[in-house]
Amino acid sequence: MSVKYVQQDQIYDLVVRMRTGNRRAVSRLITMVENENTLRIDIARYIYPYTGNSYIIGITGPPGSGKSTLTDKLAKLLRKQGKRVGIVAVDPSSPFSGGAILGDRIRMNDLALDDEVFIRSMGTRGHLGGLSESVELTVKIFDACNCDYILVETVGVGQSEVDIMKMADTTLVVLVPGYGDDIQMIKAGILEIGDILVVNKADRDGADQLASMLNMMQQYGESRENSRVRPVLLTSAYENKGIEELLNAILAHREQRQVSDYYHLNRMNHLRAEIMVMLQSELSKRLFERYHFDQELDGIISEMYERRINPYDWVESCVNIV
Amino acid sequence: MKIRVLVAKPGLDGHDRGAKVIASAMRDAGFEVIYTGLRQTPEQIAAVAIAEDVNVVALSLLSGAHNNLFPRVVQCLKDKEGDDILVIGGGVIPKSDIPFLKEQGIAEIFTTGTPTSAIVDYIKNALTERGVC
Repeated sequence: MSVKYVQQDQIYDLVVRMRTGNRRAVSRLITMVENENTLRIDIARYIYPYTGNSYIIGITGPPGSGKSTLTDKLAKLLRKQGKRVGIVAVDPSSPFSGGAILGDRIRMNDLALDDEVFIRSMGTRGHLGGLSESVELTVKIFDACNCDYILVETVGVGQSEVDIMKMADTTLVVLVPGYGDDIQMIKAGILEIGDILVVNKADRDGADQLASMLNMMQQYGESRENSRVRPVLLTSAYENKGIEELLNAILAHREQRQVSDYYHLNRMNHLRAEIMVMLQSELSKRLFERYHFDQELDGIISEMYERRINPYDWVESCVNIV
Repeated sequence: MKIRVLVAKPGLDGHDRGAKVIASAMRDAGFEVIYTGLRQTPEQIAAVAIAEDVNVVALSLLSGAHNNLFPRVVQCLKDKEGDDILVIGGGVIPKSDIPFLKEQGIAEIFTTGTPTSAIVDYIKNALTERGVC
């Protein structure tokens, strides 16, 4: 128990230092969030009162579509308006070695020395559901650092990325010409999560066709509640073109949401889901600590494998004990 | 505990094939490698090292300016409360410069021809000794 209290003191101290703008404290807290599952709940508890004021923009799309460059340009525009910006940039971890090369910062070098910009690179690390928790808590940490906007950038493939985007108030899906035909576009998944569709590298051939295809595509499918036409914007992030228009579209989406109460409803639903996940993981952790199910399972797994014990009976018996 | 390394190229040297080879070897060893691209100032490198909370800063330089730039990175890290971060260097570095660089706080220098496994092992051992992992 005493170890736990020492850690709580340490976290409290870090949160206090973080609130005074200490960069080292901010980055230490994020490392704790990433590495130590057991401390997440304490960190979340201490910072929660300071959160809820940042506007969260999700940026997703296939590798090489220019998300990092776009993030860089959006951040610079927000900085010009005097806003404080946080950036969480997620890159894939190797499923073989667990290592990763996190290269999003290559496009954001000019921001490195800006005191009003917080950037953190993250590997997906392949943990079950844990990625979205890590990203979410990192966003909360930046939120507690009084960031006006937080940009979350991730490769748009797979469930965990979709989960991450659920926390965003506005989600951009970034596409580039040459990505595929309209059948690729209407496949389930990526486009559905976008509030704004961005055709980047618009200086290239095929950008206009892609934009009109995206506009046309939105007429397919059943009309849904809350359905609305998603704006399609052309940008050339490298040339810094179309960025102001994109920010205006984001702000228009923000206004629209806030007027309709959907903003608060969405955040409340998200908070509920988040609390449920944390409750489940804490409960199962406590139960495992108390009943040592995992150790018991180690002892009988070979018998289960050889069909001498029925694993489903065992699961039932564990549930009954609890 | 995941080892995080910043691979950085300070100064005006525009050749990063070596840095990419090292970064890939570290990825294969299970490290998380942050690579920030070419032509970084020591101030930028230190700021990124702090923001990313790395355990190691690995500097690569082939231009000959190591005696000037490597110690400045160490100093910038100190200025930002990052003196616990392990700083190593590599590239085209004459043997005669190595004692000076070590005196300036660069923990180890790896010259051309070093097997990547030697660098990975060095990092693992050094961090274990420091009680980081």
